[in-house]
Amino acid sequence: MTDAGSPVRSVQWVGPDRRVVVVAAAGDIDLHRSADFQRSLLELTAHRPEQVIVDLSGVPYMDSSGVASLVKLLARVRRDGGVVKLAGLTPRVRSVFEITRLDTVFQIFSNKEEALAS
Amino acid sequence: MTMSAFPDSPIRLSIASTPAYLAVVRAALERLCELIGFDEASRGGIVLAVDEALTNVIKHAYHGRPDQPIDITFRSVVGGEAAGLQIELRDWGERADAGQIRSRDLDDVRPGGLGVHIMHNCMDEVEYAPAPDGGTRLTMVKKLQARSDK
Repeated sequence: MTDAGSPVRSVQWVGPDRRVVVVAAAGDIDLHRSADFQRSLLELTAHRPEQVIVDLSGVPYMDSSGVASLVKLLARVRRDGGVVKLAGLTPRVRSVFEITRLDTVFQIFSNKEEALAS
Repeated sequence: MTMSAFPDSPIRLSIASTPAYLAVVRAALERLCELIGFDEASRGGIVLAVDEALTNVIKHAYHGRPDQPIDITFRSVVGGEAAGLQIELRDWGERADAGQIRSRDLDDVRPGGLGVHIMHNCMDEVEYAPAPDGGTRLTMVKKLQARSDK
């Protein structure tokens, strides 16, 4: 069983003016954990990041409640003029984005290094 | 061991409506799908569809109450064109109007409301029926011979 609590395992502010944040998540993200996931993500937007890179390479499974958390993050960051990039999607997580056609809405990269370099 | 060793024995799980048990159901279903012989992509879709259906029961039928009953039955169908897996979810919560249980427009990018779309996308059959003694019976079928568009 997955742990309760936020799937966000690390938050790293990078770049010369610390306006880019790399968030690493881990474990399954389902209804049990998506509220904490969303809370952790939206807290970051208070600092008005230019970019939020969400590293999902440690997330083997995500359902639509996890996807909804990322959609809320996207809306909030875009409102402030920033961008959200998703990195390292495992095949099953990627398939959820494809089924819901959100793979055309988010910028998706193979890994966080690629996302940072883009 | 394969499912042919026990083709006529449904597997029944009775769980409380707490999100903490979703991972337990997913793990059991994943292994069952392996035994039946579904490929990786189909297994992922079946597990996701059942997870979404259970999430809808918890959120909408039981309004987040974590102590309400959900019965889950997995039946493997062996041989022929119908070979595959039938999954039945039974709840005793508030029924949704049939017209409300539908996919939403995916071009409208907003959080929520994607579960029904996912269920229809991943499964070959999805059928909701009101149960005579209250609540809803949801039956979903995934055929072993996957349709070319799924």
